[in-house]
Amino acid sequence: MPVFTPPPLPSDDKRWKIVNGTMRKNGFARHALIETLHTVQSSFGYLDEDAIRFVARSLRVPLSQAYGVVTFYHYFSLKPPGKHTVTICAGTACYIKGSDKLIAAAQKRLGILQGQTTHDGQISLMTARCVGACSRAPVMLADGQVAGEVTCEQVLAQLERWTVE
Amino acid sequence: MNIEELEQIAESVRLENGKYDHELNVCMDLACVSQGSDRLRDALVKAAEASGKKVRIRRTGCMGPCSSGPLVRVDPEETLYHHVAAGDAQAIVSSLGGDPVPGLQCDLNEHFDGQVRVVLENAGHIDPEKIDDYIARDGYKALLTALTEMAPLDVIKQVTESGLRGRGGGGYPTGLKWGTVSKASGDLKNVICNGDEGDPGAFMDRSVMEGDPHRVIEGMAIAAFAVGAGKGYIYVRAEYPVAVARLTTALREARRRGLLGNNICGTAFSFDVEIRLGAGAFVCGEETALIASIEGRRGSPKPRPPYPAVSGLWGKPTLINNVETYANIPPIIRHGGKWFAAMGSERSKGTKVFALTGKIFHTGLVEVPMGINLRQIIEVIGGGVPGGHTFKAVQTGGPSGGCIPAEMMDLGVSYDALMAAGSIMGSGGMIVMDDTSCMVNVARFFIEFCMTESCGKCIPCRAGTAQMFTLLTRICTGQGAMNDLELLEGLCATVKETSLCGLGQTAPNPVLSTLKYFKNEYIEHIAHKKCPAGVCNMQASVPESPLPVSPFEVLE
Repeated sequence: MPVFTPPPLPSDDKRWKIVNGTMRKNGFARHALIETLHTVQSSFGYLDEDAIRFVARSLRVPLSQAYGVVTFYHYFSLKPPGKHTVTICAGTACYIKGSDKLIAAAQKRLGILQGQTTHDGQISLMTARCVGACSRAPVMLADGQVAGEVTCEQVLAQLERWTVE
Repeated sequence: MNIEELEQIAESVRLENGKYDHELNVCMDLACVSQGSDRLRDALVKAAEASGKKVRIRRTGCMGPCSSGPLVRVDPEETLYHHVAAGDAQAIVSSLGGDPVPGLQCDLNEHFDGQVRVVLENAGHIDPEKIDDYIARDGYKALLTALTEMAPLDVIKQVTESGLRGRGGGGYPTGLKWGTVSKASGDLKNVICNGDEGDPGAFMDRSVMEGDPHRVIEGMAIAAFAVGAGKGYIYVRAEYPVAVARLTTALREARRRGLLGNNICGTAFSFDVEIRLGAGAFVCGEETALIASIEGRRGSPKPRPPYPAVSGLWGKPTLINNVETYANIPPIIRHGGKWFAAMGSERSKGTKVFALTGKIFHTGLVEVPMGINLRQIIEVIGGGVPGGHTFKAVQTGGPSGGCIPAEMMDLGVSYDALMAAGSIMGSGGMIVMDDTSCMVNVARFFIEFCMTESCGKCIPCRAGTAQMFTLLTRICTGQGAMNDLELLEGLCATVKETSLCGLGQTAPNPVLSTLKYFKNEYIEHIAHKKCPAGVCNMQASVPESPLPVSPFEVLE
């Protein structure tokens, strides 16, 4: 049986080495697909076609299967995120405490829908299924920083700070 | 590593702790950190250094009453301070050895008195990143006892005797499951810890994994010994980065101490654990979908049988339990199955951790004996509904559960009682709703959740939840007709009976339970185009279906 040689890295961007490292750690096994996609997303911020092709070839997974996995899981994104990301939790506890109003206010201020990024690439507006901080609902994550019991004013103030930058 | 060495470690921790006059335990769980407990800890460290007092400052996992955070507990006095800001650090440190700081001390006796802590026994007492802290509180004693003094079948016997049932929500007897896996033939068995806490509104598993990660690892190791497995996987949501980091540290420490790896404790037993990250799919909480996800595939469930106990991960016999189930194992082995079975109700033994959230005074984690009634949990431990509003319903079991109305507050919490009331125990989320919540809208919220989280493999769940969502949206926007209710009921029955996995089979529960207990609200919406709680916008036009054109039309 011929020895499998993984494909060359797509470019000399150092981040590909990190991605390759994850695959090597798992012996280029097919089951490392999700692990590897996590590494790509944490290194590049999102998954583009080149990345999915590279990972699929390296792990000898059909491209259709790799694409299927990427689109199945909500955590993976095919679009680059904005410079800043505001995530509003839409879990049950947050919904009961009125997170829908926060989402509506942010959508109106930014002129985009949830899951989208402003045209200047500054701010992405995301919603989360639950971040597990239910006791402080409603919850907002501003670039990953958790803030609890937030009001519409606080969400808008945060967006304002980013817009001014 | 043997039991004597564990004792030595525990002794050295006690000696080290003895050098200090006071301990300041700072809650560093997500909820408290979101209110600045990290800055608070830094301020306390600075103040303590400046004062020259012998003070140990320890970060701990969730102490429970998150709504009172950031929390600081002073030991050995056991003074609990609430809503502590970084600016209070100086006052707290100066007060050590004297009277407590006035105004900061909180009285949560009513909140704590009704609780019995088994799973959360270490919460607020140990630093989750220090294995020695865990060992000093009898950690890993159960594992070593099992390995050196018990046969695998004795372990299973204790677990069976304890009456422990799966804490992930299904309530399958744990001992029975272990017995099946242990009897299955095959030499490469696996144990999996299900930490994919996808149920929105529940965060018990996150708190246990972040606050006491070694307890989960010890429970898994005991399970692996009992069923004859050599490999373990913890499947954690990627949305819980802190839990992943804490578990990674804990696994490294356990390996370093020889509590994981080859020939643990000089016995023939070898076991190691890997972490696998979820990627945001609720259906991966279902065991066959979770296995598919660990294997690197889409999380689609498979028909059972064969059950994972016979053919699971990589086609090998696999034991899957929830985080909280494993967390119950060390105390069961330490104190014996009978001790555990003495707590709780007739068919639901032990204690259960609930995440109290929503319109309730004390939000946070509580651990209560099974069988305790809802009134006790909500009115006494939770402090009731704030702001002069009236309690309307409590939602248990997340998107698979139902809403239990105020009239049924005397219901004792157990697997069977909740099932009979049209809800389920679930993983332990309890979301309290008051008169400002519209029950039709709540049902619509959950159906929307199940619709988007449906994996799409079987038609009843994929198409059924979408049609239920359309019907509920119609009702919530004032365009419903009376026969929509019959359609809904019929659809619920079909989806419940014909779906492939638990997601679809339980998806109708929120609709059925609200139809059963709050039918008048549905009728108000349809007949009078009025939302009694004032939540629904009855003039809104029906928004376009968020799905591509559904292949099925509801027959009128």
